[in-house]
Amino acid sequence: MKKQLIGVIATVAGLAAATPLSAATRDNISIVGSSTVYPFATVVAERFGRSTSFKAPKIESTGSGGGLKLFCKGVGANTPDITNSSRRIKQSEYDDCQANGVTDIVEVLVGYDGIAIANSKASAQMKLSLGDVYRALAKDIPGPDGKLITNPNKTWKDVNPALPATKIEVLGPPPTSGTRDAFAELALGGGAKSIPALKALYGMSADDAAGIKSAMQSLGMSMGLYDSLAEQKGKPPKGKDIFKTIAYAVREDGAYIEAGENDNLIVQKLEANPNALGIFGFSFLDENGDKVQGSLIDGVEPTFDSIADGDYPVSRPLYFYIKGAHVGKIPGIQEYAIEFTSERAMGEDGYLPERGLIPLDEEELEQIQSDVKSLQRLEM
Amino acid sequence: MSYNSTTAIQASLKKRYARERRFQWYGRLAVLTGFVFLFILLADIVSKGTPAFTQHFIRIAVNFDADKLEVSANPTEEELYAANFNGVIKQSLREMFPDVSGRKDKRALYKLISIGAEYDLRDSVLENPGLIGTKQEVWLRAHSEAGSYLKGQVDTQLDEADRRVKDNQIQWLDSLRAEGRTESRFNVIFFTAGDSREPELAGIKAALLGSAYTLLVTFFLAFPVGVLAAIYLEEFAPRNRLTDLIEININNLAAVPSIVFGLLGLAVFINFFELPRSAPLVGGMVLSLMTLPTIIITSRAAIQAVPPSIRQAALGVGASPLQTVFHHVIPVAMPGILTGSIIGMAQALGESAPLLMIGMVAFIMDVPGGVTDPSTVLPVQIFLWADSPERGFTEKTSAAIMVLMTFLIFMNALAIYLRRRFEMK
Repeated sequence: MKKQLIGVIATVAGLAAATPLSAATRDNISIVGSSTVYPFATVVAERFGRSTSFKAPKIESTGSGGGLKLFCKGVGANTPDITNSSRRIKQSEYDDCQANGVTDIVEVLVGYDGIAIANSKASAQMKLSLGDVYRALAKDIPGPDGKLITNPNKTWKDVNPALPATKIEVLGPPPTSGTRDAFAELALGGGAKSIPALKALYGMSADDAAGIKSAMQSLGMSMGLYDSLAEQKGKPPKGKDIFKTIAYAVREDGAYIEAGENDNLIVQKLEANPNALGIFGFSFLDENGDKVQGSLIDGVEPTFDSIADGDYPVSRPLYFYIKGAHVGKIPGIQEYAIEFTSERAMGEDGYLPERGLIPLDEEELEQIQSDVKSLQRLEM
Repeated sequence: MSYNSTTAIQASLKKRYARERRFQWYGRLAVLTGFVFLFILLADIVSKGTPAFTQHFIRIAVNFDADKLEVSANPTEEELYAANFNGVIKQSLREMFPDVSGRKDKRALYKLISIGAEYDLRDSVLENPGLIGTKQEVWLRAHSEAGSYLKGQVDTQLDEADRRVKDNQIQWLDSLRAEGRTESRFNVIFFTAGDSREPELAGIKAALLGSAYTLLVTFFLAFPVGVLAAIYLEEFAPRNRLTDLIEININNLAAVPSIVFGLLGLAVFINFFELPRSAPLVGGMVLSLMTLPTIIITSRAAIQAVPPSIRQAALGVGASPLQTVFHHVIPVAMPGILTGSIIGMAQALGESAPLLMIGMVAFIMDVPGGVTDPSTVLPVQIFLWADSPERGFTEKTSAAIMVLMTFLIFMNALAIYLRRRFEMK
C-alpha cells in the first residue's frame, strides 16, 4: 500500500518534471485591454497565428482602463506589448507611461463601434432622442424650476408623452466597462446638452468662475462641489468638469440595472422581458438581429452604414497602443499590427467589418497603415 | 401502569406514527426535488451541448492549379504558406453555383465554408505536394452558421431578416444535401484544437491541458504541505495558545473569498517574484493556497477519527511516535485524507475568479506545452465562450460544461478507487 502511494506521487512528480520550463523572455505577444476591442483583436490574432510562423498572441480582456494600467507599468517581458482601448489614452495615463519608462507608444485607430439601446423584437421599436435618454437615466435632472432634482421619471411616458407608458428598465454594463464610459459621455452627456442651462455650463471656461458659480446656483447645486473639484484638480475647474458630474451620473434607484460585462446575458434578459431596454456594443446587435432591435436615436437606427457615416450619435473610436520598446525584442509585434491594419482585415470588405467593426474611411486607413509601418510615436 | 396512562399512550401512538410517516415523506420529497433540479440542469446542458460533438462537412471539387494558388509547379513550404487557397475555394464554389452573381450573393456563398478550410487545404498539400496540378473532390469544414442549418437548428419559418442563415444559403445547402455533398462527422477538432473565434474551429484541448497542469501544480504543493501540517498539528504539536490561534486562522482562511487569493498571487508571485503571467504554474500556486485550508481541516478530522486504541497498541509494542503515526495512524486515516484532498481539488478545478487576477482569463489559441506556457482553464473557457457574440458558441459552451463534468467525475472515480485501495481490510 505504501508502495502504491509512493508510485502515485512519483508518477505525478515525473509528469511535472517532464514539462519544460520556458525561458524568461516570451516568444508570444501579450495583449491586454478593452472588452469591446477583444472580439476583433482575437479574430486578427487567430488569423495571424494560423497564417504565419509566429505564435498566436495571448489576449486578455481587462477593460480599457485596466489594460492601460498594465501597459504603462514598465518595459520588459512581464508587461504587455499591446493594449486595446475603446477610448483614446488619457493625458494622465500617458504621463504615467512616461514616468515608468514607456516612452515610445504607437497609437493605432482601428475603427468605430456603435452603442445600441435595444429591446426585444416582441415589442415595438423605441424612438428616442438623446434628451429622452438623459431624462430617463440620469441621476439628477433639472426640475420644472430649473433646479436639479432626483430623477422622478418612472415610465417612458413621464420622459416624453410620445413614448409608451412602460416602466423604465434599462440593462447596461457596470462602471468598470469602457462601454459604460462611452455611453455616459455620448448618450447622457449628449442628452444633457439638449438642456440650455447645462449646455451653457458645458461651454464655460475655468476663468469664468463667477459665471460657473451662478450657473450652479441657478441649478440649485451646493458650492462644496466647486471647491472639492478645485482641490482635487489643484486648479479652478472648468464648466465642463461641473457638467460631467451632473450629466454622467447614472441613476441608482433600480431603473438602470447593472448586468455585468456579459452582453449575451443582456440579450437573453431582453428576450425574457419585452419591456426592458439593453445597452451593448453594435457587434452584439448585429449577431442577434433575430432577437433584438436597436432603438432609433434622434431618428437614426444603429446600422452599419449609419455608424460608419457618423449619423448615429452614440458611436466611439477604438484603438490599440503598441509599446515601441518591445518591437524587435518580442517577435511578431509589428507584423501583427500590419495584419490588423491590412486591407483584408480592416478594409471595407475585410473580415473585421464582417464581425461588426465599423471601418475607417480610405484616407484614414492609409494614414494608419503608414503610421504602423514607420511606428509613428505618439506625442501628447 | 395504570389503565389511564395506557389509553393516553395508545391515543398518542397513532399521532406519533403519522408524524414519523409524514417526516419520511418530507425527506423523500426533498430528495425528489433535488433530483428533479439536477435532472433539468443535466438535460438542458446535454441537449444543448450534444450537437457540438458533430460537425458538418461539404464536398466540393477543388482545382489545385499552381497558377491559381500563385505558386510555382514545385512549391516550397514557404510558398505554400503564402499560397492563395482562399481564392481557390471561392473559385470552386463559384463553379459549382455558376448562377450566383452580385457581390452580396457571392459573399453569402463563400460563407458556407469555414475560414479554417484554407488552412486545412494548405496542410493537406504540405503533406502531399503531388496534389498540385490536380482536381480533387475535397470535404471541407462547413461554416458554423451553415452547419447550424444542416443540423436543423434554424427555424425557416422566421422572417429572412431575423435569421443568420439567409434564403439563398438555405437553397444552396439544400441542393448540396440533395447531391449527397454534405456529411455529418464526429467533431474531432473539438478535442484536438485550442480556442478559436470561429465556433466550428474552436477546441477544448488547450483549456483541458491548462486545467490538468494547474491541478498538477496545486496537488503537488497543497497535498504534501496540507497533510504534513495536519499530521503535525494533530499528533505532535503541543496544545497551547499558539496552536489554538493557528487552528482558528486555518478555519477562517477556508472561508476567505477566492478572489482574495488571486490578488495575493498577483502581488506576490507575479509582481514580486516576477513569475510569468497567465501560466498554470502561478495558477496552481494560487489555487493551492486556496485549497490548503480545506485539505488541512479534512485531514485533521480524518486523523482525529482514528481510534486512540490503535496508537496505544502501537506505542505499547514499542513503536516510536513517528512509527506510530506513519505505520498505523496515517494508513487508517488515508481514505479520509484523500476524500478531503479530492474535494479541495474539485473546488480548485471549478475556480475562475482568482485566475482572473493573474491573467489566465485570456484568448489563447496554442495548446500549452508546460506549466509556464500561457494557458487558460476549463471554467474560464466556458465563461469566454458564453460571452462570445457568435451564436455557434452556445452549444460549445454546454459541450465544454459536459467536458468539465466528465473531468470531475473522472477525478472522483480516481478518489474512490484510491480510497478502496487504501482502505484497511
